[in-house]
Amino acid sequence: MSRLKQIGDWFEQRLQIAGVVREAVIHPVPRKSASWWYVFGSAALTIFILQVVTGILLALIYVPSAGEAWNSLQYLNHDVTLGWLLRAVHGWGSNFMVAVVLIHMCQVFLLGAYKFPRELTWIVGVFLLLLTLGMAFTGQIMRFDQDAYWGLGIGASITSRVPVIGGYLVHLLLGGPIIAGDTLSHFFALHVFIIPGLLIGFVSLHLLLVLKLGINEWPMPGRVVRRSTYLKEYSELTHKDGMPFVPDAVWKDMFFSAAIIVSVLACAAYFGPYGPSGTPDPTIVQTIPKPDFFFLWLYALLALLPPSMETPILLIAPVIVIGFLILLPFLSGEGEKSWRRRPIAVVALLLIAVSLGTFTKLATYSPWSPIMYGWSGDPVPVKYLNGRSPLERQGALVFQVKQCRNCHELGGSGGKRGPELDSVATTLTHDQLVRQVIQGGGNMPAYGKNLNPAEVTALVSFLETLHPPNQPPARDASQAAVAPPQNNPPAAGNR
Amino acid sequence: MSVATGPAEKPESKPQLSRRDLFAKIGLVLNGAAVLLLATPVVGYLLSPILRAERGQYKRWITLGELDEFPEGQTRLAKFRSPISNAWDGETDNIPCWVRRLDGEKFQVFAINCAHLGCPVRWFPQSGLFMCPCHGGVYYQDGSRASGPPERGLFEYPYKVEGGHLMIEAGQLPTLSTSASLRKGSGGCQG
Repeated sequence: MSRLKQIGDWFEQRLQIAGVVREAVIHPVPRKSASWWYVFGSAALTIFILQVVTGILLALIYVPSAGEAWNSLQYLNHDVTLGWLLRAVHGWGSNFMVAVVLIHMCQVFLLGAYKFPRELTWIVGVFLLLLTLGMAFTGQIMRFDQDAYWGLGIGASITSRVPVIGGYLVHLLLGGPIIAGDTLSHFFALHVFIIPGLLIGFVSLHLLLVLKLGINEWPMPGRVVRRSTYLKEYSELTHKDGMPFVPDAVWKDMFFSAAIIVSVLACAAYFGPYGPSGTPDPTIVQTIPKPDFFFLWLYALLALLPPSMETPILLIAPVIVIGFLILLPFLSGEGEKSWRRRPIAVVALLLIAVSLGTFTKLATYSPWSPIMYGWSGDPVPVKYLNGRSPLERQGALVFQVKQCRNCHELGGSGGKRGPELDSVATTLTHDQLVRQVIQGGGNMPAYGKNLNPAEVTALVSFLETLHPPNQPPARDASQAAVAPPQNNPPAAGNR
Repeated sequence: MSVATGPAEKPESKPQLSRRDLFAKIGLVLNGAAVLLLATPVVGYLLSPILRAERGQYKRWITLGELDEFPEGQTRLAKFRSPISNAWDGETDNIPCWVRRLDGEKFQVFAINCAHLGCPVRWFPQSGLFMCPCHGGVYYQDGSRASGPPERGLFEYPYKVEGGHLMIEAGQLPTLSTSASLRKGSGGCQG
């Protein structure tokens, strides 16, 4: 026993850190702050450590070479003992890390913890969020498959929109003229050296600030932050109604961190590793690239923005958003902390959450994309062919063969890019249908050059049958008024 | 550094630069110069992808295939090996493109990459359209924009016909600012 103490003393005599560590460990926290709301920061740190450890373990096998990366991932998945589990833990750990960091940020925002004197803690936190997203994106590239390949293409295309120096930036990003070996090596360096190095530095700074300034007190409505009095009030609070971090407050952090690690493990074991999907061979054009979960909202945004606004928004919005996040503690460094007294903050947060959630949800089924196999995989429902004339059936064939199904739903199947056509005849007259097919318009290409007159006639006569039995097809009112009754627009399909 | 510290006449040498201060400043300058000396090649190394592009090293004329491989009036997928390639690039050096032969020696060679965000467009001969699976960009058979988010038509490679072979000038990923036909070709390009 005394031997152990002797060894300890030997080190302490040289290092002289026992005091500092002790101070850090037992620093007082406000009694009410020792709440389950305050566990996300430590959980983020736990997952970060998990990611570093599993990342290093994966690096024992992974080959960061464009020619070999994909094979080495297959080797990890299928040959290396429990390699699949480590890949899965690293992949799911990434998801959990982004999620926990985001939740932590929301919690800090809602509880007003970014206000005086913790402005710098918040700013460092903003950089930690960006670095975490950077890890998520570069990690997706490490899984060097089709999605990674085309994801890089998308990254390069976005970069190319920067005025004047866009071309240079593309070459820098790719490390060469095309997506190839140098690209993966660049991103490997980013993913395992540069960004983790920055993360370790910023996390240390973040922690140091938390220790120096103390954990945020639980906000009470009416307890207003003032630069002149806050430090004194906080000091009184922690000394009158505080308790040492260890052991009184730390147990909740420990419980939650353990729960998070078990959750990551459970997801990893149950769902398994992410991919890799197809090989990163650009000549396989039968692919539908999609980003990972946390970038789906961006995927949706890029499809839904008006084309003319895309470049300005892509280039300016990030500057504004990041700038605003950094300036936030200076814009509202004082005042109420409680979310009960900050309705605009709560509404803004909800709005952002709902928007991101909606975009993400939309991106899971991407209604803006043509379904590439719609024309060959989704037949025209039989009920739309029963009792039709040969011309109308020929039209259905044209409808199918000319890939109309890739964008148009019929009977609940097909693409969602254009409107569903189950009752198109009730909204467009014969003439309007012909014009729409030949000239296109809205989001539809013009088919005039690729359909001969016979095909157009057949197609339109089929489209005119698409209306519910109890609803007549649309008619041109002026024609109906002028022409004798029997000359009304042709072959109303339904009888 | 605990050697010879002799602050003999310290009190009144206020404006004067002491020997030690001078050396400290020279030391700073020396280190600054050393860093600059080191940083210059480092920056050059990091900017290598740009510098090589500036020297025009990325673009070459490449043979896509014999003319017979491309029937008139059809659009076909062709593949070529990127002119800048390394042994460790694997399959990423195999670049696809769409070749449309109008008639005789008149061609259009389109990049696979959508002009919106670079996803691979697919050709549908029945409807004469290129469709992009990512955000729904659609192009006509001549590469012009039909609908969706792209702001322009498909990127085209400059081409020429030599000795019965179709050749294109290619080498870099086409984007809005590194398009395949941006740079005036190195000699005799007609695209």
